[in-house]
Amino acid sequence: MTTVSWSGEPGTSRGPGPFLSVRDLSVEFSTEDGIVHAVDGLSFDLEKGTTLGIVGESGSGKSVTNLAILGLHDPAHTKIGGEIWLEDQELISASRGSMEKLRGNRVAMIFQDPLTALSPFHTIGRQIGEVYRKHKGASKKEARDRAVEMLRRVGIPQPETRVDHYPHEFSGGMRQRAMIAMALVCDPDLLIADEPTTALDVTVQAQILDLLKELQQQFGTAIILITHDLGVVAGTADNVLVMYAGRAAERGTVREVLREPRHPYTWGLLSSMPRLNSSVDVPLMPVRGTPPSLLNPPSGCPFHPRCDYPKLAGPELCFNQRPSISPETGHGDACYLTLEQKRELRTAKTEDHA
Amino acid sequence: MTSYLVRRVAGALVILMIISAITFYLFYAVPRDPARAFCGKICQPETLTLIRHNLGMDEPLFVQYWHWLVGIFAGRQFVQFGDCPAPCLGYSFATQEPVFSAIVDRFPVTLSLTLGASVVILAFGILTGMIAAWKVGQPLDKIASSSSVIGASLQIYFVGPLLAFYLVDTLQLIPRPSYVPITENPLGWFTHLMLPWVVLSIIFTANYTRMTRSQMVEQLAEDYVRTARAKGMSSRSVFFRFAWRGAMIPILTIFGVDLATLLGGAIITEQTFSLHGIGELAVRAVQNTDLPMLLGVTIVGAAAIVLLNIAVDMLYAFIDPRVRLS
Ligand SMILES: Nc1ncnc2c1ncn2[C@@H]1O[C@H](COP(=O)(O)OP(=O)(O)OP(=O)(O)O)[C@@H](O)[C@H]1O
Ligand code: SF4
Ligand SMILES: [Mg+2]
Repeated sequence: MTTVSWSGEPGTSRGPGPFLSVRDLSVEFSTEDGIVHAVDGLSFDLEKGTTLGIVGESGSGKSVTNLAILGLHDPAHTKIGGEIWLEDQELISASRGSMEKLRGNRVAMIFQDPLTALSPFHTIGRQIGEVYRKHKGASKKEARDRAVEMLRRVGIPQPETRVDHYPHEFSGGMRQRAMIAMALVCDPDLLIADEPTTALDVTVQAQILDLLKELQQQFGTAIILITHDLGVVAGTADNVLVMYAGRAAERGTVREVLREPRHPYTWGLLSSMPRLNSSVDVPLMPVRGTPPSLLNPPSGCPFHPRCDYPKLAGPELCFNQRPSISPETGHGDACYLTLEQKRELRTAKTEDHA
Repeated sequence: MTSYLVRRVAGALVILMIISAITFYLFYAVPRDPARAFCGKICQPETLTLIRHNLGMDEPLFVQYWHWLVGIFAGRQFVQFGDCPAPCLGYSFATQEPVFSAIVDRFPVTLSLTLGASVVILAFGILTGMIAAWKVGQPLDKIASSSSVIGASLQIYFVGPLLAFYLVDTLQLIPRPSYVPITENPLGWFTHLMLPWVVLSIIFTANYTRMTRSQMVEQLAEDYVRTARAKGMSSRSVFFRFAWRGAMIPILTIFGVDLATLLGGAIITEQTFSLHGIGELAVRAVQNTDLPMLLGVTIVGAAAIVLLNIAVDMLYAFIDPRVRLS
């Protein structure tokens, strides 16, 4: 365990290396306007049984990163670089067939809007059952029984009758539960949840997050939780990755990042966070200015056009050279300010606030 | 479901009554007088009056319409033709034959033409559209897309004789189009209608290729298709088991609208190949100012379109569970 430093429970990992390891990932889309550098040199790790929260403004590359893990980008328009290791399997170079075996089976994904993400043409039971049939070779009957069991497990009342209903006959929260049931039907090792609660109202949000936590405790699933809401991260995740313009701005445990944030962008995110109990999901408007163009990313630190401190760090540095995340492991961030400067600035900021 | 059907059929009856009333009225707006046509060149005023009376044309318009309407459900009596049992659509002014049996004689021709062409249009149009969408941007897609543009610019009265000349006269591949009743000789029915089917469907098929392609491409970008892929479904099963359903709904809608145009096309096709169908009756009825025949053809044609549309709407419910027939 040389490269892993923020695993939730040391000792639970088997063999060398972390469970999921993303190394220097880059994702580029060729579009009519040019090449979109959606993800650019991103690395992170995830241990079994833990939850990684990924936060960042809209367009920071959260979804693109996770679709890359599942290999769901259209190869005709996408160039993907770097490495994604799931235990001892590299996913970027994996064949189409082996990715199809992996998806829905070892790695599952749930999406933001369960109404559009479920097929309107098939019953809930069939949609859950067909994953099971495909990956486990189960019979129709077995798949149906399994679907009922999964619906019960995610807390849907009367699963025996609900199993034959269509998504439009479910409420929003029930649909997302069904979506989770579908994702978990093959007991995946990794669950990617892309803003699973954004489309739901507050009380239902909390229920869904509790459900995910509960299922994780029971089955030891590793979870990547993408969200706009730092409150969700605080309540659910073990580790956090803050993304900016397709890169990692800061990473660490939830405690480290939320209590002692180091990157100026994270400060912005945190100060825009709604106060306790007002967990209404407002889109984050953390920092002055707008997210950078990914067609023409800024030189140097991608955050410099919006940052208040380039002068402190030495403007030449911020404008011309790209900071990479340091230290290599543990609580790290990508900013040229010294730890001392960061601590002072943050203290000043929190005093301002109070 | 049953109550839905009852309501739809009741609605259809109202529509048909409106159509027949309008046709009735329009006919009287035409300056030609059928009684005078009956009367001949040297026409005594008394004879004209008598003919008018015998044709029932001396009564007020709405009374005539009422008689016509009642005739359909209860039959009616004619001075010169005698008893006309229900469903009675009257007698042709021009040929004196009962309108209903004239239509019944010719209906199978037009129905065979329209339904056969529908099958060709949907089967071929959807198939080529699917292939184009499956191979989007590749040569097969380009071929399908460009041939659909060519197809859409063709005309029945141009393609019909041309194909007939090559396939029937020159190459002698298929028999000259005519109508062989399906009950007598199904194979003969099929081979003799092949050319009309192809000609009638050619202009429509292109449109369905294009629509299917764009609908499939659109469906493939939908969230639920991405979910299916995220579950490990192969591209092929995503394509053929998920996306097609969403694509079929707008296509069915357009098909329902196209049915009327298709019937119009069937009439032109009948003319082109001298098939003795409803189209021929309609054209002759217009030429002869033959009110009963014209009304009969209009109402039967409209009824066919309305009924087929109900059938199309019921197909929706099979494809899309969100559509409830209630
Ligand atoms: N298929 C694509 N082709 C071109 N650009 C794309 C494509 N998919 C995503 N992008 C671009 O990549 C960038 C990152 O998108 P991504 O969806 O990962 O953002 P996100 O962090 O998930 O944002 P949100 O919080 O809004 O979901 C965006 O600027 C987006 O416009
Ligand atoms: S590196 Fe410079 S520009 Fe970037 S966040 Fe740090 S101080 Fe700001
Ligand atoms: Mg996203």
